[in-house]
Amino acid sequence: MADGNTSDAFVAFERVQKSYDGETLVVKDLNLALPKGEFLTMLGPSGSGKTTCLMMLAGFETATHGEILLDGKPINNIPPHKRGIGMVFQNYALFPHMTVAENLAFPLEVRKIGKSDREAKVKRALDMVQMGDFGGRRPAQLSGGQQQRIALARALVFEPELVLMDEPLGALDKQLREHMQFEITNLAHSLGITTVYVTHDQTEALTMSDRVAVFDDGRIQQLAPPDQLYESPQNSFVAQFIGENNTLSGIVTAVDGELCNVTLDDGETIVAKAVNIAGVGERTQVSIRPERVEYNKERMAEGVHTLHAEVLEFIYMGDIFRTRLRVAGKEDFIIKTRNAPDQVRLRRGDKIEIGWLPTDCHALDA
Amino acid sequence: MTDSSFQTGTQVGDETDSQTGLMLAADGTPLKRSLARALRRQKVRALLLIAPLLLFVMLTFIAPIADMLFRSVENQIVSETLPRTVAKLDEWDADTGVEPGIETFEALYVDLFVAAERKLHTRLGTRLNYEMTGVSSLFRKTGRRLDDFGEVYEDQFNALNAAWKDPKTWVALLAAPGWTTAQADWAKTKKGAEPAFELRPGVAMMLPRTAEAYSEFAKFIQEVDQDSPTDEDPWTLVHTALYMDLTTPGAAYSGPMPDLIAEARTAAVNFTKFDLKQGFLDADKDWADPQVWATIKTYAPKYTPGYFLNAADMQLTPDGIEARPENEQIYGLLFKRTIFMSITITLSCIMLGYPVAWLLANLPMRTANLLMILVLLPFWTSLLVRTSAWKVMLQQQGVINDVLVWLHIVSDDSRLIMINNQFGTIVAMTHILLPFMILPLYSVMQTIQPTYLRAAKSLGATNWTAFWRVYFPQSVPGIGAGSILVFILAIGYYITPEIVGGTTGTFISNRIAYHISSSLNWGLGAALGAILLAAVLILYWAYDKIVGIDNVKLG
Repeated sequence: MADGNTSDAFVAFERVQKSYDGETLVVKDLNLALPKGEFLTMLGPSGSGKTTCLMMLAGFETATHGEILLDGKPINNIPPHKRGIGMVFQNYALFPHMTVAENLAFPLEVRKIGKSDREAKVKRALDMVQMGDFGGRRPAQLSGGQQQRIALARALVFEPELVLMDEPLGALDKQLREHMQFEITNLAHSLGITTVYVTHDQTEALTMSDRVAVFDDGRIQQLAPPDQLYESPQNSFVAQFIGENNTLSGIVTAVDGELCNVTLDDGETIVAKAVNIAGVGERTQVSIRPERVEYNKERMAEGVHTLHAEVLEFIYMGDIFRTRLRVAGKEDFIIKTRNAPDQVRLRRGDKIEIGWLPTDCHALDA
Repeated sequence: MTDSSFQTGTQVGDETDSQTGLMLAADGTPLKRSLARALRRQKVRALLLIAPLLLFVMLTFIAPIADMLFRSVENQIVSETLPRTVAKLDEWDADTGVEPGIETFEALYVDLFVAAERKLHTRLGTRLNYEMTGVSSLFRKTGRRLDDFGEVYEDQFNALNAAWKDPKTWVALLAAPGWTTAQADWAKTKKGAEPAFELRPGVAMMLPRTAEAYSEFAKFIQEVDQDSPTDEDPWTLVHTALYMDLTTPGAAYSGPMPDLIAEARTAAVNFTKFDLKQGFLDADKDWADPQVWATIKTYAPKYTPGYFLNAADMQLTPDGIEARPENEQIYGLLFKRTIFMSITITLSCIMLGYPVAWLLANLPMRTANLLMILVLLPFWTSLLVRTSAWKVMLQQQGVINDVLVWLHIVSDDSRLIMINNQFGTIVAMTHILLPFMILPLYSVMQTIQPTYLRAAKSLGATNWTAFWRVYFPQSVPGIGAGSILVFILAIGYYITPEIVGGTTGTFISNRIAYHISSSLNWGLGAALGAILLAAVLILYWAYDKIVGIDNVKLG
C-alpha cells in the first residue's frame, strides 16, 4: 500500500518497527519514502503511531527494527543533535529564560556561527515570520500565535533541509490556526524544505499537504494526495476518518469489472465501485460522501438507482443544508446540499428519493 | 409606565454622579466606597481566621525573641543598683588617674549597703565582671564587710541614750504622723497589707541622709522581710547617716524629740569616727584602682553597646572602643567559621541534591515515589538519632575507619580523624539538611518540561550544552530556594555541631547556647544572636537584590 520506492527518496522508512514494552508493536512494518521538497502529513487518531514515527525520525526514539534513511544514509545511530533536522513542538518549547532573539540564535551558537552572521540570520528568520520587532521579548510576553511563529523561525533559522512539526497548531484557536496553516505551507514551499507534519486534524492535513499518510493501528492505511484520499478512500477506516461519510452495509452479490452489485441489509441492491472487497458473497461497507447524494430528481443523472428516504432532521447551516435521513434502516445518513436559490428545502417527515453515481459510491472492507 | 421611564429603569447600576463624575453603585453610594466596604469585610474575616495563630506566634515567638534581643543592649542593672554612685561619678574624670573623692565613697556605701541587704550586689558584680575581671569578688567581699562600717556609730548612739535602741524612737523621729496612726490601726487587725512607710514632711530637709537611709530601710523591711519598721532595729547605715547629718551643718532641727537630737548633736562631735574610704580599702584595696571606678562609670548608662562590642571582639573602655587582646578574640573566628561551614554545607547539598532531584523529576512515577520515600526517610527519624549515627560511623574506631583498615587503605595506627572537627560537622549536617535542598529543587524541576531538552537537541545542542544552556538555567530558582533554606538552617544549627563538632567544628550557635545556659551572660548571648539574625537578614536581602526573591520557587 505504502510507497516503498526509496531509491531517490530524501527521507525513507524501510520496514521500521517500534515497540516500547517488547510485547506490542506501536509501529508495525512502516515503509515510507518522500522526495525532497515534499510536504507530508502524518494523520491519525491518537495512539496510531504517527508521533512515534516522527520521534524516530528526529532521533528521540530508536527503531526496534528497520532502517531510517536521510538523504540515502542510515541515521539510526546518529544522535539527534547531529541530524540537522528542524523541529517544531506541540507546546513550542521556546526556552523561557532566553529572549526571542536568543532562542533563535541558540541553534546558530551551538553550530559556532560567528556573531555578525548569526545576527543577520536571526533577523532574516524573524522577518520571515513577520516578527522582526519582537527579538527582545521573552516568550512569555508573546501570544500563542506569536510563539508559534517564533518556534517556526527557530526551527528554520539554521536552514535545515528537513523540518518536523508535531501538532504545532494544536494550541491555537480556530481562526489563527487556519491562518497559520496557510503561512506554514507557503513558507515550506517557498523555502523548498521537506516537511513532515503530524496532526490529528484532518482539515489541517487536507489543506496543507502534498501527500497525507493516514495512520491507524501502527500502519499507514493510505498514502495519497488529499483529493485522492478524500475521493477514493482505500478502506473503511480512511473513508470514515477523512471527512464526513455515510456507510451502508451489505453483501456483494456480483462483480462486473470496476463495479459490483451490493445487496443492502434491507434487500435493496445498489451498484458501487469495487475498491476493496473480499469477493462475491462477502460483506462490504459502502461509502458515499454526503455532498455526492442528490435528491432533486431534475439534477440526477440518467438511470441512477434511487433509494427511499425519510427526512429526520433538517439543519440550516448558512452556506449548506445538512439533512439527516433514514435510509435502508439506518438513521444517521447525512446529506449536504448547497444553499442555491432553486434548492428545495426539506422538512421533517418528507419522504424523498435519493440517488448517486455508482462511481461516487465505494464498496470497501467490512 | 412610559417608554422613557422604562429605559431609565434598565440602566440602574451604571449611573454616574452628574456633578463629580464618580461611578455610583446601585444604591447611589460612590462605587469606590462601596467596593472598599466590601473588601474591608473580607479583610476582617481573613484576619479573624488567622487571629489564633497570629496571637500564638506573637506570644510564643515574636515576643520572646524581641525580649531576648532587647537584652543585648539593656544595662539598667548598674544605674538601678548604684543610682547615687552613678550620679556622683558623673562629676568624676577617669583621666585623672586617681580614685574619686569621699563623697562618691559615701554614695557607694549607701548604694552597696542597700544592694547587699537586697542581695543584688553579687548580680551587679557578675555583670561588671564581664567587663573587668575581679569586680565580682570585689563586690562580694565588700558586701560582707559593709555591715561592720556603721557598728561603731550604732554602739555610740546606744551608749549615749537607751532611746536609740528602741525602733519606736526612729519611727517617731522620721515617720509621717499620718502613717504612724494608719500603721497603728493596721497593727490591731493585721488585715491586708501594711501601709507603705511615709517620711515625715520636712525631715528630709533637716536630716537628709538619715531620712534617705531610713526610708530605704523601711522599704526593705516592708517589701522583702514582710515585717514592720516599728519592730525592727534600723541598719547601721541609718546610724552612720544620722551621725553624718548631725556633724555637718544643716537646717535647724524642729521636729519631735528635739532634746534627744540636741543631745546627740552635742555628743556626736566627740564620737569615735569611722573612715568610710579606709573601710572600703580595707575590705578590698581594688577600690583605690581608678579602673574599677572607670568601669562602673562606663557601664552606667541604661543602654550599652558593650555586649555588641564584646560579640565583635571589641570592648568599651573609658577611652572609647578598642579591640580586645588577641588571645581573647574568639567571636570573629566563630562567625567566620560558621559562615564558611554553612556555605560549604550548602554547596555540598547542591552537589549531592541536584542529581537526586533530577532523577526524582524524570523517573517514572512509581520509581520516583520510592526514591522520594528514601529522601524523606530521614525526616521521620529523630535528629539526635541521625547525628548519633554519624558519631558511630565517623569515629576512629567507627564503621568507616574499620572498613578502611580492613581494606588496607589506611593502617590501623593511622586511622582517620573524621569526627569532633569541621569535617564531621560538614558531613553530618550535609546529610541532615539534604532534603531541604532536594525538595525545592525537585518541585522546580518537575515544572521543566522534557521537550525543552529535546528542542535543544533538535536544534543541534549536545547533551551537555542542552543541559547547561537550557535545563540548568531553568532550575536555578530551585537551587536558590534550596540554598536559602539550607544556608539559613545551617547558620543557626546547634545540636549537630554540638555533638559531632568537637572544638573546631562548633558554630556560633553553640557559643550562644553556652552564654544562655552556662555562663548566664544573656546580654552577650543576645548580642551574638542579634548579629546572627542580622547576618541572615542581610544575606536574604542581598539574595533578593541579586537573584530576586520572586525567582525562588518552593513548588
